[in-house]
Amino acid sequence: MTGGLQGPDPEERQQATGRRNSQGIRIDPDVEAEPAERREVLSALVDHEPGVLSEVAGLFARRQFNIESLTVGPTTDEGMARMTIVVREPGPGVEQAKRQLRKLAPVHSVSELSGAVERELALIKVEDDDPAGVAAVAEMYGGEAVEAGPEVVTVELTGSEEAVDAAIAAFERFGVREVARTGTAALAGGTQETRESND
Amino acid sequence: MSETESETRTAERAVQTGAEAAISALEDAGVEVGFGVQGGAIMPVYDALGQSDIRHVTMAHEQGAAHAADAYGIVTGEPGLCLATSGPGATNLVTGLADADMDSDPMVALTGQVPTDMVGNDAFQETDTTGVTTPITKTNYFATDAGTVGDTVRDAVAAASEGRQGPTLVDLPKDVTQAETATSPSHEPETKPTPEAPAEAVDEAARAFAAAEKPVILAGGGVIKGEATPELRQFAVDHGVPVVTTMPGVGAFDETHPLALGMAGMHGTGPANMALTHCDFMLAVGTRFDDRLTGGVETFAPAARIAHIDIDASEVSKNVHADYPLIGDASAVLHQLDSAVPRSPDAADWQAQCETWEREYPMDYDAPEDEPVKPQFVVEAVDEATAGDTVVTTGVGQHQMWAVQYWTFTEPRTWVSSHGLGTMGYGLPAAIGAKVAAPEREVVSFEGDGSFLMTCQELSVAVREELDITVFVLNNEAIGMVRQWQDAFFEGRRTASEYPWGPDFATVAEAFGAAGFTIDTYDDVADTVEAAREYDGPSVVDCRIDPREDVYPMVPSGGDNGAFALREEHL
Repeated sequence: MTGGLQGPDPEERQQATGRRNSQGIRIDPDVEAEPAERREVLSALVDHEPGVLSEVAGLFARRQFNIESLTVGPTTDEGMARMTIVVREPGPGVEQAKRQLRKLAPVHSVSELSGAVERELALIKVEDDDPAGVAAVAEMYGGEAVEAGPEVVTVELTGSEEAVDAAIAAFERFGVREVARTGTAALAGGTQETRESND
Repeated sequence: MSETESETRTAERAVQTGAEAAISALEDAGVEVGFGVQGGAIMPVYDALGQSDIRHVTMAHEQGAAHAADAYGIVTGEPGLCLATSGPGATNLVTGLADADMDSDPMVALTGQVPTDMVGNDAFQETDTTGVTTPITKTNYFATDAGTVGDTVRDAVAAASEGRQGPTLVDLPKDVTQAETATSPSHEPETKPTPEAPAEAVDEAARAFAAAEKPVILAGGGVIKGEATPELRQFAVDHGVPVVTTMPGVGAFDETHPLALGMAGMHGTGPANMALTHCDFMLAVGTRFDDRLTGGVETFAPAARIAHIDIDASEVSKNVHADYPLIGDASAVLHQLDSAVPRSPDAADWQAQCETWEREYPMDYDAPEDEPVKPQFVVEAVDEATAGDTVVTTGVGQHQMWAVQYWTFTEPRTWVSSHGLGTMGYGLPAAIGAKVAAPEREVVSFEGDGSFLMTCQELSVAVREELDITVFVLNNEAIGMVRQWQDAFFEGRRTASEYPWGPDFATVAEAFGAAGFTIDTYDDVADTVEAAREYDGPSVVDCRIDPREDVYPMVPSGGDNGAFALREEHL
């Protein structure tokens, strides 16, 4: 107790060298500072029970990870479901998403798929004024009419996200009334198992 | 007794209710105390609890129960138990669960729930408790039948303390706890091996450490929770590395040791913030690099290579990138690292620099005799009067910062505060939990007038349970930290921050049956501290402190730690 805090003022102090970017990474002046955003497919094996989807979706929402799509369905193992989550994040964000997912009790494994087989199912309800034209486009994208009514035809097709985008764009010229898409499902390529990687 | 009779009795004992199964699982896990409040849906659990050896402390409010359980967990290292009924009982636990989650404190909550066939129908006192608490628990469980509820409770206790600690919750529908079951617990919880970091990663970090010229250790709360205090102290002393702590890490390193630079961050010491800002190598142990510690990450230890030891992989490179990630148990990895270090860093100049900073930036305050009592003086007076193992709890605000700045902490598990969540009103219920956990140790609590008002009804519990705790209300008739920020950043517009309408806290204490004291002048301090401590039971000291006093040093939110302000004109 001698008269308050002493010491040099901020501007008189030794200045630190260097800087970090907003992600806490030390900036190397020779290297690009901000990691670029990337699209990654995460595959998670989870307990097949109520509440798990909400837990995973809630995690992504409250930690502000950008999800492009999320699909869930049963696996060959009765007690387990597979979630395929497409995220769009800078590198550290993808890592963080994986690590946070692994902490959830019902999540058994999380892997980041590269070179994976990715497919999405879409149902596209198109105006049926030009049946031959619709059929031609459907055929071009490997789709087929699953229901034809008096005014509309519903086409089912599967493909990569880009292929589905392209097909919908092609149907636009006939008039697209409604679209339902499942989001991406994916499996690791070849004999590789879609399970936890070592990172 | 014949063999047949004995068998019959065993069979009788084997049939138990879900509630009894839950309580025996707690007993098997070594739980000795629970804090809670009764209510409709939890009644079967309380009925079983009442017939067990587990001590129950009835609290005035479920938030108090959660904070008491949290503090019990901090002081003992074992999960603290709290109980509440469904609906409002469970939602009143929410603040305490979130607090424990942010600070990784081991805790288990049992909540009552409406009967299973009414769930989802908006029944009386129904809340989706597992839904509400999912983001603020480590994990939670909805008990589905009497036969497995014992296992579920056992898993919840194990999950609260394994790996990175945290709160868990089991929601117990009334039909599940009332139903009878003949099933006995089916499995022992797995004991997981203490995780070590990969040897290669340790070697890399060790080489970088040995080559450092300006090394610093940043000790977080994980050092204390991971029981790694001895290893950390040994490592620092063996290699001559200055040690900075986070706020939850206070107590991980003896603050009287020459290598101790104190706490870093928003209201950290000058030497601690200078050392973090200018180090070239940081060994961070058990910390999540919270924004109150780092300030703006752009200017946080900008030249440092960082080795980060943490049990939770998701904390590594979350806020600040780790050049050397060392994922594992703090004490195990410190052992590994110590064995792998080829030689101590040559850091004599750096140590001298840190000592210069310590001389340049002492923690100090001005205390003219003719002005109101300074809060720092009260903190120092209580520190001097008490022993080294005294447990200090606080609420949140200016008083909390003065307590951590001016109390000299030497031992782990003596500093019990609400760090991450910043829960006003934490101090008193935490003091109750701490005293129940460690009846042989002295427990003092520093509170602010605003903070104390939030939970002061728990005084009734301290009186009933005859808990000898001493609460110092550093009363500046304001929620002072807000008032300080308004003065600094809102041109002095003190909207809703001044509390001249507060009660006389000494009279409040007496109304509850506790002893009440008041400090008005410096001359009162020593005698009143003594009288309050000597009173055999809970006492409250209303310390009428200087309402103009602010907390410094200060790094403004998102600022540069190295440019900490020593007074308002620096901001």
